[in-house]
Amino acid sequence: MSIVLDLFTVVAVGAGVFFFLAGTVALIRFPDSLSRLHGLTKADNLGLGLVVLGLIPRAASPLPALKLIVLWALVQLGSATIAQMIGGALRRREPIE
Amino acid sequence: MILFEALDLGLAALVLGVATWTIAARRVFGAVVGYVAYGLLLAIVWVRLYAPDVALTEAAIGGGVTGVLLISASTRLGRLPAVDAPPGAALKFGAAVISALVASVLAAAVIYLPDPAPSLAPEADAHLSATGLGNAVTAVLIAYRSFDTMLEKVVLVLAVAGVWSVAPDRFWGGAPAPLGRAVPDAALVFLARILAPVGAVIGVQMFWVGADEPGGAFQGGAILAAMWMLVMMARLTDPPRISSRWLRLGLIAGPAVFLLLGLAGPVMAGSFFAFPEGFAKPVILFIEAFMVLSIAVTLPLLVLGPPNGEAGR
Repeated sequence: MSIVLDLFTVVAVGAGVFFFLAGTVALIRFPDSLSRLHGLTKADNLGLGLVVLGLIPRAASPLPALKLIVLWALVQLGSATIAQMIGGALRRREPIE
Repeated sequence: MILFEALDLGLAALVLGVATWTIAARRVFGAVVGYVAYGLLLAIVWVRLYAPDVALTEAAIGGGVTGVLLISASTRLGRLPAVDAPPGAALKFGAAVISALVASVLAAAVIYLPDPAPSLAPEADAHLSATGLGNAVTAVLIAYRSFDTMLEKVVLVLAVAGVWSVAPDRFWGGAPAPLGRAVPDAALVFLARILAPVGAVIGVQMFWVGADEPGGAFQGGAILAAMWMLVMMARLTDPPRISSRWLRLGLIAGPAVFLLLGLAGPVMAGSFFAFPEGFAKPVILFIEAFMVLSIAVTLPLLVLGPPNGEAGR
């Protein structure tokens, strides 16, 4: 059982790290701000979500696990809002026809 | 363990890189963003040094509040007419020499620390039970060196008085200019409505667990301050008038309650700033609760700046 859980953690956290890497590459490589923003949200959303998912079996009791999920939800809320605000600011600066 | 050493070295390199970038940045806004990133990286460094209390403070103050303070300061500077004469080479060179001197003296002090470094940690731990607390950092701050902590809060109140004192006479007693734009982003309003109640609970919880676990009055108060600023940025509420009695009471509540209980020390426990035996924890938490209030009021007031007649815009 513990080997299965270990494997689950390794796979989920590994996948999360992959999405963080992909998001970072997108942030550096993508040509314009909106595309970079699009790339970055993948890191916040899927990357952190998978890392949290992988860490849940590590939690000693349900409360820390719940805290991890709340953390993920709060980061989601924050990054979604920031993405909207940056997108809005870009649009005001260079209106899209 | 090689892995952790590699991680720490990478972290240290990143901190130095971001610090250099912050200094080299040509635009103020870029430098502020670099400084915020630097603060968040330092928070991770503190976690690696097993100092979660400091890490929380660094993230809240170094990354959060100072960032907002610097961004609003840079916006205000941007509105001023451009300086005619930029600093000359001699001034820049002088500043660089003084900064390098300070940095090398600090570095030398760290490098030549005796090994093992002098530590009061065992002493602090040994007397922890007398305070009834479980977190040695909180015990140091509110019990062992309570007078210093009280004075630090007085300094914060003085800082607010200093900010207010540059208000023109005709605006005295009025409200500082609102934070953010007149018509805030709908997404920001949504965030403020959802996050502020959650953040308020987290702030109070961080103060409450600070007695036994990492956290405390300053960290909790900083989160409450951030929530108040968020609500003001979303224009759900406007900055208060600085003549408001409630505002001023909230501002001085922390140091005032601390000082009064410290003065009651000789009667209650036989010494100035001493807490009664076996009853120390409730007294400490009582003081801390008012400190949280004062910090939550002080930090946004520092960011808001003096009243300048723009309150009605």
